[in-house]
Amino acid sequence: MFRRLLDWLEDRTGVESAVKHFLYEEIPASSGWHQVFGSVALFAFLVQAATGILLALNYSPAPVAAYDSVRYIVTQVTAGRLMRALHHWGASLMIVVVVLHMLQTFVWGAYKKPREATWIGGVVLLLLTLAFGLSGSLLPWDNRAYWGTVVTTQISALAPGAGPLLVRLLGSDGTSIGAITFTRFYVAHVQLLPPLTVLLIALHVYLVRRHGVAPAPEDENQPKKKFYPEQVAKDTIAIFGWFAVLMGMAILARVPLGHMADPTDLSYVPRPEWYFLFLFQFLKWFEGPLEVVGALILPTLAIVALILVPFLDRGKLKAVRRRSGAIGLAALAAIFWGGLTARAVTTSPQSREMDMSLVKPWQQISAGDMASIGFFRTAQCGSCHMLGKSGAGPDLAVAPSSRPAEWLEGHIKSKAGSPRALTEDQVKMLAAFVAERSAPAVDAWQNAPQNAVAGALVYQANDCGSCHKLNGVGDQLGPELNGVGERHDRSWIEHHFADPPKYSPDSIMPAFQFKPDELKLITDYIMAIPK
Amino acid sequence: MKPLDVSLERTRVDGWRNFQEKSIAWVVRTSEDNVVAYSPQCTHLGCAYHWEESGKQFVCPCHGSRFSIEGKVLGGPAARPLDRYPVQVENSTLLIGSEIQKA
Repeated sequence: MFRRLLDWLEDRTGVESAVKHFLYEEIPASSGWHQVFGSVALFAFLVQAATGILLALNYSPAPVAAYDSVRYIVTQVTAGRLMRALHHWGASLMIVVVVLHMLQTFVWGAYKKPREATWIGGVVLLLLTLAFGLSGSLLPWDNRAYWGTVVTTQISALAPGAGPLLVRLLGSDGTSIGAITFTRFYVAHVQLLPPLTVLLIALHVYLVRRHGVAPAPEDENQPKKKFYPEQVAKDTIAIFGWFAVLMGMAILARVPLGHMADPTDLSYVPRPEWYFLFLFQFLKWFEGPLEVVGALILPTLAIVALILVPFLDRGKLKAVRRRSGAIGLAALAAIFWGGLTARAVTTSPQSREMDMSLVKPWQQISAGDMASIGFFRTAQCGSCHMLGKSGAGPDLAVAPSSRPAEWLEGHIKSKAGSPRALTEDQVKMLAAFVAERSAPAVDAWQNAPQNAVAGALVYQANDCGSCHKLNGVGDQLGPELNGVGERHDRSWIEHHFADPPKYSPDSIMPAFQFKPDELKLITDYIMAIPK
Repeated sequence: MKPLDVSLERTRVDGWRNFQEKSIAWVVRTSEDNVVAYSPQCTHLGCAYHWEESGKQFVCPCHGSRFSIEGKVLGGPAARPLDRYPVQVENSTLLIGSEIQKA
């Protein structure tokens, strides 16, 4: 029965013989582990396509909305954070494997006649992979995305002759970027690059089949092998290994979402993705009018040199262990790349930017509201008003109270009597909080961790808000406290309380001597409030 | 004299939308009745630079360009002095234009 079905399929479509033709391709006796990278690169592309489509199902491609939708994807959508992490780290690991594929081809000399076109196609595929990375990095529309792309468009403006045209093509006005640049990067990332890449991959694989897998000199006297099963097994194992690394990174290494793109944020220090760091460092060597040399001319020459590799080296096929020139060149390039990257990493300031996708409602409401939640908890109002559940009293999380603040004040006073008494002011604040209760406040009411609430109580008790603004509430005699944890480290903040002028010479802030537990609570609390 | 980062509102045409956006200018008082306002982006590759009081200079954190308080290049890869906005003082109010002028 099954056989008959297969025969019918074979007769009508030829699919069986096509698969056989593909699997039983003859490959040289020397083929082995060193040739698995091409298959892994192809698999990496498929992973990017699949995760990219899944992300696009919940993504809104326009400035501002893009940021909100990425936040939605990583906080609300089932497995959304994992999909984003797979796509993000998948891009990095795809570049790794594409470069390894190219290095292998280079070291083994597999680009030689008649495989020049296969090599050139490969170089173009490498450039397409990098273009994917560059265009995709703008799409979350956070500060990193924005400022990185400002630099990208300004680099293109340096192009001799073509600069102004390129800037217009990228939708920039020469200084800033906006909706047009965003749309063009999006179109490039999802509409232009994918079909172009598919086409080039098809061409690349066709050429590999046309010329066969590159042989080594010792292959001449040995019988040929078949692609299936030995090489297929090796390729598959390599793919599994690659995917295991990707899955591990996606689970263990968070992909942060920074603050939304802000052209007025003067404190943001942009750094490119790790695979462009060497170019970033390279740029710094070229001052003044030489700028264009480092930014565009030398990188372009390097690409041209790569394309010309098969025409520059026309020697006879040699065993890989005798290709010392190629091995030396590859090692030099690796040292050059590694050195520049290491230098860029060590000279970059450690970023303390908060992952905004992890920010909870309690981090966004006023310290007064947080303190009111503290009063509610200390007075044990929750024993009757169980939030999210019906108890002896109404569920304050769902039923909006129609009671005026005065009634609430009286009610709280009568119920929260001695020994869990609240002061007059605390009763007033709690009544106002219950009467108002915004959506984030209700979430915080139920979910804010007790430590943070206790920190806000210390903040309130010491009247920090009479000088400092936090989440939009408070005076501005002192600096705004949002993002203080990004500006200073913990020990600076803790020591600053005890002796402000020692740390900021012009400070008029009085000294605060906190007990150790209070110091920890208030420091934890203010450091958790994002910019 | 310390430069001030002044925030301002300006209308920006961004493709199909016109909108009010916040922006920044670095304002320096050069004499009793003379004020200059610099565009906040480095003339190298457009990053936001800041004032470093200890070295009395503007420093760009991206590629390390440095500028004097007059906007001249002191070092690093930048090739041009800081860009300026046109300014006008009217009854002790500072008006800052949005057209960027290359110095």
